[in-house]
Amino acid sequence: MALLEVENLQTHFRAPDGVNRAVDGLNFHVNAGETVAIVGESGCGKSVTAMSILRLIPEPPGKIAGSIRFNGRDLLKLSDREMRAIRGNEISMIFQEPMTSLNPVLTVGRQIGETLRLHQGMSKSQAEARAVEMLKLVGIPEPERRVKEYPHQLSGGMRQRVMIAIALACNPKLLIADEPTTALDVTIQAQILDLMRDLKHRVGAAIVIITHDLGVVAEVAERVIVMYAGRKVEEAAVEKLFRSPRHPYTQGLLGSMPKLGSSLTGDETRLQEIPGLVPSLKRKLDGCVFASRCAYATDMCRKVAPALEEKAEGHIAACHYAIKEAVAA
Amino acid sequence: MFAYVVRRILATIPVMAVVALFVFSLLYVAPGDPAAVIAGDQATPDDVERIRQSLGLDRPYLVRFGAWVFDIMRGDLGVSIFTNLPVVTMIQQRIEPTLSLMVVTLILAVSIAVPMGVVAAWKVGTWMDRAVMGFAVLGFSVPVFVVGYLLAYVFALELDWLPVQGYTPFSQGFVPWFENLILPAIALGSVYIALIARITRATMLEVLQQDYIRTARAKGAGQPSILFLHALKNAAVPIVTVIGIGIALLIGGAVVTESVFAIPGLGRLTVDAILRRDYPVIQGVVLLFSFVYVLVNLVIDLLYTLFDPRIRY
Amino acid sequence: MSSASVLNPADVPQSAIKAAAPMPDIMPPVKARKGLWGYMYRNPSIAIGGTIVLLMVLMAIFAPLLWTVDPTALAPARRTREPSALYWFGTDMLGRDVYSRVVYGARVSLIVGFAVAVLASAIGLTIGLVSGFVRWADSIVMRVMDGMMSIPPILLAIALMALTRGSVGNVIIAITIAEVPRVSRLVRGVVLSLREQPYVDAAVSCGTRTPVIIWRHILPNTVAPMTVQATYICASAMIVESILSFIGAGTPPIIPSWGNIMAEGRALWQVKPYIVFFPALFLSITVLAVNLLGDGLRDALDPRMAKRI
Repeated sequence: MALLEVENLQTHFRAPDGVNRAVDGLNFHVNAGETVAIVGESGCGKSVTAMSILRLIPEPPGKIAGSIRFNGRDLLKLSDREMRAIRGNEISMIFQEPMTSLNPVLTVGRQIGETLRLHQGMSKSQAEARAVEMLKLVGIPEPERRVKEYPHQLSGGMRQRVMIAIALACNPKLLIADEPTTALDVTIQAQILDLMRDLKHRVGAAIVIITHDLGVVAEVAERVIVMYAGRKVEEAAVEKLFRSPRHPYTQGLLGSMPKLGSSLTGDETRLQEIPGLVPSLKRKLDGCVFASRCAYATDMCRKVAPALEEKAEGHIAACHYAIKEAVAA
Repeated sequence: MFAYVVRRILATIPVMAVVALFVFSLLYVAPGDPAAVIAGDQATPDDVERIRQSLGLDRPYLVRFGAWVFDIMRGDLGVSIFTNLPVVTMIQQRIEPTLSLMVVTLILAVSIAVPMGVVAAWKVGTWMDRAVMGFAVLGFSVPVFVVGYLLAYVFALELDWLPVQGYTPFSQGFVPWFENLILPAIALGSVYIALIARITRATMLEVLQQDYIRTARAKGAGQPSILFLHALKNAAVPIVTVIGIGIALLIGGAVVTESVFAIPGLGRLTVDAILRRDYPVIQGVVLLFSFVYVLVNLVIDLLYTLFDPRIRY
Repeated sequence: MSSASVLNPADVPQSAIKAAAPMPDIMPPVKARKGLWGYMYRNPSIAIGGTIVLLMVLMAIFAPLLWTVDPTALAPARRTREPSALYWFGTDMLGRDVYSRVVYGARVSLIVGFAVAVLASAIGLTIGLVSGFVRWADSIVMRVMDGMMSIPPILLAIALMALTRGSVGNVIIAITIAEVPRVSRLVRGVVLSLREQPYVDAAVSCGTRTPVIIWRHILPNTVAPMTVQATYICASAMIVESILSFIGAGTPPIIPSWGNIMAEGRALWQVKPYIVFFPALFLSITVLAVNLLGDGLRDALDPRMAKRI
C-alpha cells in the first residue's frame, strides 16, 4: 500500500464570475521514502494540490472532493482536530517564500518549538533545546544564538533552513515542498537541495516536491508528474520522462529548458517556447486541455478528452497520439 | 533607543506650543470685544471692564501670551470668572470621575472590541462578521447621548438593575463606584468599540492572508493559537495606534456622557463653563485634555517595540 | 524535438481513442447578476444608504407639505401630550408639535452636514495641495495641523462655539475648523504618494507647469478618496451639531434642530421619553444612511482603501 494515494481530487473555488476548477480529477500516489516531483507552469494547480493534501484550502470559497488516503486513512473525512494532529507531525510542508513564511514577531526557536509542543507535548525548555538541535541539523552556525533571533535577522537561505527545521522537527513521514528553492539565489538553491536530500536519507521521509524548475526535478526526484490546467497529463520515472517525453506539453517544457554546454548559435539548440496561454479554468472543456496550444491537435483532440493510458512500462500520458510501446500486460 | 525617546519627547514641544497658541487665541478669533462676549447680553459696562482687566486684555497680545504660558509652566491656569476659584483647583475637584469613566471605558471597550474584530475577521463573510460590521456602523451613527438615554431607560428605569445617574467616589467602595460607571462607560464606549473593532477586523484580514499564517496552519496550530498568537501580535501596531488616536473620541464624548448621567466631572465643568462663558476654565480644560491626548499617543509610540521586534529606534 | 515525437493521427484508429471520464461539478455554478439590480445586489450599502439620504432630503425640502404645523407655535394648553392620531410624535413642554419639529429639524442637520462636508473638503484640499507642493510651507502647515489635531474635535468645536453667538453659520464654521486638519493630511498624503509616480516625474521633467500637473494628474486622483472622506465628514458633522445643540452651545433654541429638540426633552426624559426618542431615531437613521453610503462608495471607488478599514 502506498503512503499517499490521491484519487479523483477536485479542488474548486467560487469566484465572482464562475467556478474556478483549479484541480479537476487528479490521481497519483507516493510510496514511503520516495521522492515525487509535480511539475507544471504557474497556475496549473500544483500548489493547490499541495494545499489540498493538508486541507489548507479555505472552505469557502474553496471546496475539495475525491479522496486523499494517507496510511489508509482518508484525510478528507477526518475532523479538524484529527487533521491538526497530522499537520506538521506526520505530513509537513515547506513553502516557496522563506522571506514571508516565518512569523516576523516570534523568535525562530519559538516557531520551531511550537511544532514540538503541539505534537510531542514537550515543555517550553525541552522544545527550546530540541530547536537548537534542529538548527544544528539544518546547518545553521551558532544555533544557540540564532534560536533567540527573529526572522528579519536571518538571510533568505537561513530562513529556508529554519523552515526545513520546522518541517522536520517531528520526523514526518511525508514532506511536501512547494517551490522550496524558487525564491533563492542559485548557489543557495543547490545548498538547500543538498540539505533536503541529505535529511531525507536520515529521516526517511517521502517527499513531494512541487516545482516549475526541471533542473530541480532532475536533481532530486525519482518519479515525475506533469500537470497542466488542473490535470495530470503525464507521469513517469525521471529518466524515462527526460529521455522520451510522450505528451506534447512535456516535450514543450523540456524544449524550453536551456541545456548546459550547447552552443548558443546552433539552430537545433534554440530554445523553444509553447505558444498561447493556459485555458480558463472557469468552464468545463470538452476536448484535451492542451489542444488550444498543441501543434499536433486534431478535431478529435478538441472533441474528446484523452484518458490517461500507459504508453510504456510505468509511463502514462493523456494524449491520443502519444507514441506507444508494447506494454507487458 | 534613549536618543529616540528624547527626540520623540522634544518633537511634542512644537505640537503643544501650537495647541497653547490656538487655545489662547480662541478668545480673540471671535468677532467683537471678547470681554463683552464673555460678559453676555445683560452685562453692565462695569462688568465688561472688570472682565477685561481680569483677563489682562489691556496689554499687548504677545505679552499676554507669554505671561499666560509662563503661568501655565508654574501650574497656574488662571482664575474662573464665575466662581473666582483657581482653575487648577476646579480641575482637581472634578478629575476623579472623568478619569474613572475614561479608564473603565478604555478597558471595557478594548476587551470587547478586539475579540469582536478578531472573530469578524476569522468568520469573514458570515452572519457573525456582518453582525460585527453592522454594530460598528451603528456605533458610528448613533450619538453618544442617544445611546446613553437608551441604556439608562432600559437598564436603570425599566429593569432597575443599575443606578440611573450620578457618581460614587472610589473611596466609597469598588462596587458602588463601578455600578455607577457601567452604563456611562458602555454609552461612551460605543463609538470607540466600533472604531477599534473595525480596525482590528481590517488589520486581521490582512494579516490572516500572510504566508506565515499558512505556515502556522501547516504546523497543525489550532484556531485560537493562530488568531491570538500568530495573527493578533502582528496586527497589534495598527490596533494600538487607533486605540491611542481614538482617545480623542473618548474625551469629546465624555463631555456629553457626563451631562446625560449627571457625573460631576471635567465634562460637566466644560459644559457649565460654556453656558457661563467662563473662558479661563474652558481654556484650562481644553489644554489639559489636549496635553493628556498628546502624552498618551507619545507613550504608545514608544511602546511599539513591545509588539514588533522589527521596529528599532 | 521533431515531428516524430507523436504518432501520425492517420495511423491511430478510431478504436484506439479512449475518452477520459468527465469530472462532476462539486459546487453549484455561480450566477453573475447584471444591470441595476445586480449593482444594487453587489453594493447594498450604496442602495440602502442612498435611498434613505434621498428620502431625508426630500422630507427636509417638502417639510411644509408633509402634514406639519408651525414647528415654533407655542400652545401651553396642550403641553407634553403623548403621541396620538392628532400629535403623531406628541407635544413638548411648550406644547409644540414634536412631529413638525422633527420634520423641520432635518433641514438643520442636513444643511450642517452638507455644508461642512463641502467646506472642509475644499479648504482641506487647498491646504493639502499647498503643503504637498510648496516645500517651505509644508513643515509650518503640518505643525499647525498636528497641533489642531491634538485637540479632540468635539472639544475644539465646543470651545469655538463658546465664544460666538449661537447660529447655524457659526456651527458650520466651528465644525469645519475641527475637521480641516484631517482632510489636509489625507490630501497631502495622496499628493506626496502621487508625486513619486513615474508619470508625474515624467510630466515634471518635461517642464509641465505645476498648476497643470495638479489639474491633470493630482486632482483626478484625489476625487475618489475625497468623496468617501466627505461622506464621513458629513455624518460626523451631523453628530457634532446635535451634540453642540444638545449641550446648549449650538443652533439657537428658536430653530428646531434634532439636537435642540432633544435638549429640550432632556429635563423630562424619564417621564416623557418620546420627546427625546423621535429626534434621536431620525438623527441616528440619517447618520447611519450617510455612513452606509460612505462605506459603499469606499468599496466601489477605492478597493485599496476598502481593504484597510
